[in-house]
Amino acid sequence: MVSAFQDPVILNQWHPISSLEEINPSEKTFQTLLLDEEILYKMDKENKVLVWRKGSRDENLPTKLAYGFVWVCLGNPPETLFLFPEFDEPNRKNKATGVIGVNTSAGRAIENFCDMGHFPYVHKGILGEEPHTEVKNYDVEISDEPDEVLATNCKFFQPRANVTSTKGVDADYIYRVPHINCALLYKSSIVAGKLDVIVLFVQPMREEQIRAHTAMCIFDDSSTEKDIRLFQQLIFGQDKPILENQHPKRLPLNPRMETPIRADKTAISYRRWLLNKGLKYGTVAN
Amino acid sequence: MTNVRENNLRKIICMEKNKIYALRKKWFPIASSSDLVKRHVFQAQLLGREFAVWRADDGNVNVWENRCLHRGVRLSIGINQGSELKCQYHGWRYANRTAGCTYIPAHPADAPARTICNNTYPVKEFIGMIWSGEDAIENDFSYKELSKRTVLRPVPINAPNDLVQKNLLNYYSELNFDGLLLNDGSIEINLGGKKKILFFIQPQDSKLSVVRGVLNATLSDEKRYHFLKEQNFIIERFREKMEQISENLNLEPMVAEIEEISNDLGEPPTKEDCGRKAELRLHVSERILTSRDVVSLKLKGIEGQLPTFHPGAHIDLHLQNGLIRQYSLVNGPGETDHYRIGVKLEKDGRGGSQYIHNNVKVGDLLATSAPRNNFPLRRDSLYTIFIAGGIGITPLLSMSKALHSMELDYEFHYFVQSEKDISFKETLKILGERVIIHKGLSQENTINKVRKILQKPGYYKNLYVCGPGPMLEATLKIASDLKWADDTIHFEYFKNDRKINNDSNFEIELARSALTLTVSAGKTILEILRENGVDLPSSCEQGACGTCKVNVIRGDIDHQDVYLNATERANKNIMMTCVSRSLSDRLILDI
Ligand code: FES
Ligand SMILES: [Fe+2]
Repeated sequence: MVSAFQDPVILNQWHPISSLEEINPSEKTFQTLLLDEEILYKMDKENKVLVWRKGSRDENLPTKLAYGFVWVCLGNPPETLFLFPEFDEPNRKNKATGVIGVNTSAGRAIENFCDMGHFPYVHKGILGEEPHTEVKNYDVEISDEPDEVLATNCKFFQPRANVTSTKGVDADYIYRVPHINCALLYKSSIVAGKLDVIVLFVQPMREEQIRAHTAMCIFDDSSTEKDIRLFQQLIFGQDKPILENQHPKRLPLNPRMETPIRADKTAISYRRWLLNKGLKYGTVAN
Repeated sequence: MTNVRENNLRKIICMEKNKIYALRKKWFPIASSSDLVKRHVFQAQLLGREFAVWRADDGNVNVWENRCLHRGVRLSIGINQGSELKCQYHGWRYANRTAGCTYIPAHPADAPARTICNNTYPVKEFIGMIWSGEDAIENDFSYKELSKRTVLRPVPINAPNDLVQKNLLNYYSELNFDGLLLNDGSIEINLGGKKKILFFIQPQDSKLSVVRGVLNATLSDEKRYHFLKEQNFIIERFREKMEQISENLNLEPMVAEIEEISNDLGEPPTKEDCGRKAELRLHVSERILTSRDVVSLKLKGIEGQLPTFHPGAHIDLHLQNGLIRQYSLVNGPGETDHYRIGVKLEKDGRGGSQYIHNNVKVGDLLATSAPRNNFPLRRDSLYTIFIAGGIGITPLLSMSKALHSMELDYEFHYFVQSEKDISFKETLKILGERVIIHKGLSQENTINKVRKILQKPGYYKNLYVCGPGPMLEATLKIASDLKWADDTIHFEYFKNDRKINNDSNFEIELARSALTLTVSAGKTILEILRENGVDLPSSCEQGACGTCKVNVIRGDIDHQDVYLNATERANKNIMMTCVSRSLSDRLILDI
């Protein structure tokens, strides 16, 4: 186990701790855990968000409000956060869709989010269905500008693309991992040529314990907000028991600990990217 | 000062480690036989290592590391399908006995590398318990079966193993039962009247033990109930006492290291790196004439597990007379303790089948390659049609058995000359109504029949054909006339009947090894590569099996094989190096 203080990569990073929607109406003080530390946060009357370490009420931690969330840094805050231009596009609806606690590492959760191969097994009848299990070839790159892992031309068979269709179709996806613990999924929307975005921002509470914050940035269709929320919770609820039964829970960065296949190209790149950054927290190197 | 203390600490840790290594060599009970409920997977733990324990439908008990090789998910939450264990996360399947991965659903068109194999541990079933040990030594197992026995409920205790072992005897003697600590570490308690309980302490972790007991008698229902209740009561009291003593013991949990996989598996699979080698020694354990001129051989390993095979796989038989011949495995899923092949006597053949028919007897030792699969089965098909002609039945039988056990839809057409030519009847019986046998059809009628069978290509529908050359050609033609897409048609020729033209002279450039070599008339690319130290796997060496395939980066290929389909040829980027050549002066190969 490593302490976050021995790992500048995790320490000098913006971490999501809450959606703004959650703390908005009240002046209540909330408590959570970030990198093994207890922290408290609240929104004051002027809509200012304050975050502090437990026991150090007077020292406010660096915070940032972005993409509908509160971000905190326990070390030296980086100047910028990754870009997510769709968030500000007109006509889109931005909604936090729930938080779920999972006993796993942030890396395992991100990898699961970017993995299509498990759809027919873990999200049977929703995101996939046997025997349509093939992960067709797609493209992955680790780009420098912006610094992220990008998987494009991903296709996966979806049993019922919408309520009226009886036959399944291949759904198209793009995955972006622009932050060591955040991933974005792009898929076709009701507006031609525009993509809906589904967001996973992971808050590492401990090395093997996380809160997964989910949100959507979509062109509204007829489904109600509650439906969307329930749907997201259903999907993450199905992933949770799998993630909690992985061994080791920390993400192996040594390529010889697990057996990747072509379908895991995104995961292979993600692990390589983390290894190059030198991330220790929540990972196993040897 | 600190140095001394640190050194001492290091010594203690080292001692602990050595103690664990020593314990790993011993046998311990890890489950009761009754824990292995049909089609269930039981989670056990020994010395910090978790096991997935499951009984296959054939009775075999598997003790595996509780971790899917793919992404580390516990296999104990997987699904016991009777002959294979299926992981919950991405549906990888592992075979009974060998723990070799047989199917990767994300890539249904590929056969998994046969080296993807989970860690298995030795296992024995005695006295109503399942025994194992990570490095348990086979000959050290000393426990005798009890003809009469009653197995006690196992009681987990949050206390270290040696503490429990030391105190159990005393505890019973306080209750006025005498007993013995036996050499093997078990404890015998005398209940009087020849009745004895034998206790074994299973060390799960540094501070977790399980007391497992067995009585050397069978009891009638009433007595049994009272006996079990009484013993349970005693051991429960004992548990409380032990847990009190060790409550404040601060022990690190035992570490079960994760073994690294071989280097080539750490990256997505590329090419196999073996030549035409006979790495296995098998003996013939059964030889049956399964039809007029087909003999079925059952081949068993001499020691240890046989490598995992996948439906459609074949092995090379290296015969004593120097010939090397390929035979498809007929085995179904989970039939992993032997290989079965069918050999048809080819009167005008090149001598391989005649040799086998005339010379190979039960007890003979044969040298073979490990199974290799260039004719993989897709299991994501909604409907599969098999068309077998004569001995072409062998790979298709293995495939249909796999689909059958997965309850996937298929139909199986078997063309034979007469009743006497029907091979593997018992297996066909198991497949039941899905098998349609077409006897004694003329060439014309065969073609009409095939046309009928293939009438409707469709959504996620696949066709597998294997049989004599002319029949195969006719079937492929009909399928393509009826608009079956190329990638839904899968076929395997027994041999390449085309006349090979090896007159050309050309150069090959190896892109990855920066070598340029000359291939002159009379030599094959494969031979030239081998002569220059480039090892490429091969098997039939006549352009039928697909093993020696390489990717071509540039150049005009002179295809002379029967393995590739029209689309693959048109793509101009793969070739069989054993027969195919170059039309251009130079080929650039991706090796
Ligand atoms: S983790 Fe078992 S199949 Fe992927
Ligand atoms: Fe998922």
